Amino acid sequence: MSQTLDQLPEGQAATILDVEGDDAVAVRLLEMGLTDGESIRSLGAAPLGDPLEFEVRGYRLSLRIVEARRVRIRS
Amino acid sequence: MPLTVAIIGNPNTGKSTLFNALTGLQARVGNFPGVTVEKKIGRIKGTADPIDLVDLPGTYSLSPRSLDEMVSVNVLLGRQADVGKVDAVVCILDASNLERNFYLACQVLDLGLPTVIVLNMFDVATTRGAKIDIAALSKKLGVQVVATSAHRKEGLDALKAAIAAAVPNGPGPRPHPFPETFYAECHQLASKLAELGRSDAPSFLVERALLDVGGYLETEWLAGSDIAEPWKSALVESRARLKEAGCRVPAVEAKARYAWAKQTLSDVATAPAARAETLSDRMDRVLTHRFAGLLIFVVLMIVVFQAIFSWAEPLMGLCESGQSAVSSFVASLLSPGTLRSLLTDGVVAGVGGVLVFLPQIGMLFFFIALLEDCGYLARAAFLMDKVMSKFGLNGKSFVPLMTSHACAIPGIMATRVIEDRKARLATILVAPLMSCSARLPVYTLFISLFVPDEPLMGMRGARQGLTLFAMYALGIVAAALVAAVLRKTIFHGETPPFVMELPAYKWPSPWIVVSRVWDRMMAFVARAGTLIFAAAIVVWAGSFFPGDHSQEFEKQRFIEQAEATQADSLKHRTMLEESLGKLNERMASHPPATESERDEFQEKLATIEGGLAVLNAELKPLDDARVEVNHLRASSVEQSFLGRLGHLIEPVVKPLGWDWKIGVGTLLSFPARELVVTNLGIIYGLGQDVDESNQQLWSTIREATWPDGRPVYGVPVALSIMVFFSLCAQCAATLMTIRRETNSWRWPLVTFTYMTLLAYFAALVTYQVAIRL
Repeated sequence: MSQTLDQLPEGQAATILDVEGDDAVAVRLLEMGLTDGESIRSLGAAPLGDPLEFEVRGYRLSLRIVEARRVRIRS
Repeated sequence: MPLTVAIIGNPNTGKSTLFNALTGLQARVGNFPGVTVEKKIGRIKGTADPIDLVDLPGTYSLSPRSLDEMVSVNVLLGRQADVGKVDAVVCILDASNLERNFYLACQVLDLGLPTVIVLNMFDVATTRGAKIDIAALSKKLGVQVVATSAHRKEGLDALKAAIAAAVPNGPGPRPHPFPETFYAECHQLASKLAELGRSDAPSFLVERALLDVGGYLETEWLAGSDIAEPWKSALVESRARLKEAGCRVPAVEAKARYAWAKQTLSDVATAPAARAETLSDRMDRVLTHRFAGLLIFVVLMIVVFQAIFSWAEPLMGLCESGQSAVSSFVASLLSPGTLRSLLTDGVVAGVGGVLVFLPQIGMLFFFIALLEDCGYLARAAFLMDKVMSKFGLNGKSFVPLMTSHACAIPGIMATRVIEDRKARLATILVAPLMSCSARLPVYTLFISLFVPDEPLMGMRGARQGLTLFAMYALGIVAAALVAAVLRKTIFHGETPPFVMELPAYKWPSPWIVVSRVWDRMMAFVARAGTLIFAAAIVVWAGSFFPGDHSQEFEKQRFIEQAEATQADSLKHRTMLEESLGKLNERMASHPPATESERDEFQEKLATIEGGLAVLNAELKPLDDARVEVNHLRASSVEQSFLGRLGHLIEPVVKPLGWDWKIGVGTLLSFPARELVVTNLGIIYGLGQDVDESNQQLWSTIREATWPDGRPVYGVPVALSIMVFFSLCAQCAATLMTIRRETNSWRWPLVTFTYMTLLAYFAALVTYQVAIRL
């Protein structure tokens, strides 16, 4: 089932399908290693609910919800 | 000719530490022309041939989206005139996070320059269980690979040797990560460019232009020339063909380079297998916890704020007393005159006005370096992003803005941590609206004079406290509104991404902290200090010329002679005044009960007062001269350029309830807001040693009248002055710091203009409303 990265529940992992768009946000997400086929795990949200924290390629990445929504995943 | 070597790397890889360790804190700091990027060049210590190291800003990739980001590419390609040809490049990677760091390394290797790959923080990676075969990796890449732990100064000699050997070794092979169709398109584009008359573009730029949709090389590189349009359409066509072939731009770059990284690292490096829960993870669970995390954050921020606000105070006091010591030393060497005034009120005051900021800058960067190095600063941004993003700022704006409540100068310097240019500029522009400690004397003076301390809801001083709070709140609300407006106007466009790495926690290294503090303090003195100094001299001249100071100097000479010859009498008088004070105090606390006690008291009183009368008569010429010299100074300030300007603007400040004296006081306090108190003292003929708790100043202000006899000051005027000072840009040092940090006069001008207008209209509304209540 395909969904977007902001919907990934805390503690769960998923596989990245692709990143939408070709603007600065998309490029930055790609540069940070969110390429298709890569596995990503949600580590939860900041105390105020946004941004979100993920583990990808062995490091921790913080994304705003609007940015995470650009990443399609398959869980 | 020294060799030029550029150093580049991801953020959080310890690049600055390595730079400082190699160059020994002897860097020349400046700006790249035309951009906000800091240029740091240092000579590497202890090499046979001289090698200059050029520090490039930390970045995740070499795809330029703005002129600022283009600087790194230009330097590396030898297209940056003020740096010249780069002979080699050092690419620094975080050894614990090789895969992601290899993305940039891949781009750097594509430049075709002699390259040294540095695996920094190697000790941390090893303890986390990473195994890296350096020799095999070096063989695979065809360039030298060196392991370092810069914070422990390990591996530096090997690195120096590698840098020295890099140029004779020549460049390594290019990674060639893309599918052949991509290179074919690049080839076509290069021929197209040559057709259009630009055969000088390196293949790296052509590749970048094709990859960066809407990037600098597509939109601005050839902008304005007649080949811009055909170039753009050639790019669009190329990308369409690539998409057909299954290589969608921009995704193809990340896919290709990450695949290359994985393949290169496959049999030479093993990351720690399943990530066991580290101490860092456990710490993070507390530090980003819904309640505990926020609580710890608040406590930490209070400590940082307290440090800048009060712990820096004794050091600032030291600067100030040093300044007055030097001032009186200079005064003792010269007789009163223009030169002495220039030296004491201009030069020494100007130097003091620069040095006085160092304690706060040092204190703030001590904490920032500490928090950044241990990994907490990124979490602070993570915690605060939601609040700050509502106003078009981002989580990293929080610390600079918070610390601006102590002083905007370190705050503005701290915006360097904000990578996004728009968010950084917006933060710089609103930082001076925060009520800094220089506004406090202004608030204190007018609140103690005009806000009644009668109890409110049973609390004494509550009205005064609330007024002070309102002044601080005013700054914050104004900053939020201005930031939101900026976001919609000059910084409009897409919201910048807030994609940020959260580095693992580690022990901060004292060496890093010390070098960061030193670095920032020196950068401030060298870069902003000169401009702040110049502003102080200009304002001194504006309040000194034109004018005939001969009478003033003559009186001053008389005073100094009299002070020398009558030193004993002066000392004696001070002593008697003190005993009189003590006697009266004792009388008040223990009123005499018996007749004899009363007589005894009367007798003592008579003796002291008799002695004082004699001394006062003796010292009368001196006292009169002191009063006179203060009046002469007041009138010479009134005659000066700035004084005349103050008269000229009286019609403008009258709607705020101000007379020309307040106007001149405000103009004269351009070097720093708190000077308005001193300047009012000078203008009212009380001399320059006046502070906000001076009783004489209080009564003069209470008694000041318009020519028709109405009092000048009242609650409405006090409020209008406070509101004006809370929002105005009367701080040359801040504006000069903005000039230096943004490398352009545009932003200090914008800041000064909008803040002055905002302050004026807010004060106008305050006054006009307050007099009608």
